[in-house]
Amino acid sequence: MTVSALTGTRIRERRLSLGLRQGQVAAEAGISASYLNLIEHNRRNVTPDVLLRLADALEVDRQALAEGAGSDMVEDLRAAAAGLPGARAEVDRLEEFAGRYPGWAALTAALQARAGGLERAVESLNDRMTHDPHLSAALHELLSALTSVRATAAILDETSDLEPDLQARFHRNLHLDSERLAGGAEALVAFLDGSDTAREQGIIAPQEEVEDWLSGQGWHLAPLETGAVAALDSGIAALASSAARVLARAHVARIVADVKALPLGPFTKALAALGPDPGRLAAEFGTDVLAVMRRIALLPGSNVGLVVCDGSGTLVFRKPARGFPLPRYGAACPLWPLYAALARPMAPVRMQVETAGPSGARFRTLAFCQTRLPGGFAGPELREAAMLILPDPGPRSGETLGIGSTCRICPRAECVARREPSITREGL
Amino acid sequence: MGKSVLLIEDEENIAEAIRFILSRDGWQVTHLAVGHGAAEAAAQLMPDMVILDHMLPGVSGLDILTALRANPATLRLPVLMLTAKGQPRDREAATRAGADSFMTKPFANAEILAEVRALAGRQPP
Repeated sequence: MTVSALTGTRIRERRLSLGLRQGQVAAEAGISASYLNLIEHNRRNVTPDVLLRLADALEVDRQALAEGAGSDMVEDLRAAAAGLPGARAEVDRLEEFAGRYPGWAALTAALQARAGGLERAVESLNDRMTHDPHLSAALHELLSALTSVRATAAILDETSDLEPDLQARFHRNLHLDSERLAGGAEALVAFLDGSDTAREQGIIAPQEEVEDWLSGQGWHLAPLETGAVAALDSGIAALASSAARVLARAHVARIVADVKALPLGPFTKALAALGPDPGRLAAEFGTDVLAVMRRIALLPGSNVGLVVCDGSGTLVFRKPARGFPLPRYGAACPLWPLYAALARPMAPVRMQVETAGPSGARFRTLAFCQTRLPGGFAGPELREAAMLILPDPGPRSGETLGIGSTCRICPRAECVARREPSITREGL
Repeated sequence: MGKSVLLIEDEENIAEAIRFILSRDGWQVTHLAVGHGAAEAAAQLMPDMVILDHMLPGVSGLDILTALRANPATLRLPVLMLTAKGQPRDREAATRAGADSFMTKPFANAEILAEVRALAGRQPP
């Protein structure tokens, strides 16, 4: 176990917090009070045996005394400091802070996590408000009904000589529009509440519904490994919109084909032997690269993310990777290697990327684009590109590409590919 | 004979209200509920002005406006755009496409009447 230079400080802090005297603790640990005094002032190293006895005497975990805050805690505190650079936190004394005041450090880290979560929620809602076609349609419906109600009510109020048949007609319009307004408002409130009502009323996008369903299955449709396609019927039938059910069935059909081409057992073995190289695995099994990429990302327990886009660049499938934020709607970051692949069909793109933000994470991305000619040589060429997102704990390479999620929520102010200003604090 | 307005609006109840307000003010109102063929209808009718909804099924109001501005006969025809989208970029898009004025839903009856009068009055004799 590593014993840090501040172990003595932590022992002293712990003793004082318990209201114990040096003599009491020293006696219980079987050492002299003067030796404990030297330890507490970091002037003597503490042996593992003494550390264990001191930890028992202070009723604390030995590791907590020896190592203090874990690296995760220090990273969380560093992120908190980076989040509010104006506060001028003493970043060079992070470990000392975490060691001396573990409770306050944990609280600061928890507040940072909470603030981060809230910021992400705001970004996500803003993203949705800006780009969600379903929400846009719901708002349009509401405003149209409101416009009609306002204009009709004003006519009824301001026209004293309105003919009876026109009066009756405008009253009926008013009634119908007020009903429409009430229904629209209810749907909108439900949507903003995130309740199931929004789902039932089709405000949630079909693609999002399917992804929610897949996420609930851990992204792996286990029954398909044994050909039990019917086992998924009830889950698909429970999806709220017919469009989502169509998309889910199309996904299932695709995975059935993937399972046939890449059986779970042999594929898992080959993946372990060859590594996550879609090209080599595709050659090994005599199938296409995109099928292998889906199989890698959708294996049970896989932490690999996957995004797929069509020829327009629209994301048609999104399995997130932890730390790699994906836009819910609208266009993604144009710097994603996915789009480099889309522009060069059949040419593999391999690149290390780093996400934006104070705690930018690194990923290894593998992107590839395939074309189809469903209408033959006379028909249009359809493109489909996919990008695997693999967590990359390794060091930053010289050619790491800084990317974002989507311009609207990306803090990289100086990005050469920026389409529109960011709403995030860092981007303002 | 009063001046004429071509109203292109798919929301029947809104159209009915606007038609009533303008008719009471002496305007002759022709209403189209769909966008297809609207630019051609405007060129044929040559009204004194057009009230054009932004979001129409099939063809957008911006497309119709672009077609109106591409035709020498309707190049200078005053157009008031109506939209439920009040964002600055929508206003800019409408202005770029050649809209003379822009009104966001929900509007007051007096506002739309004043705007129609102002636009028709601006038209050269």
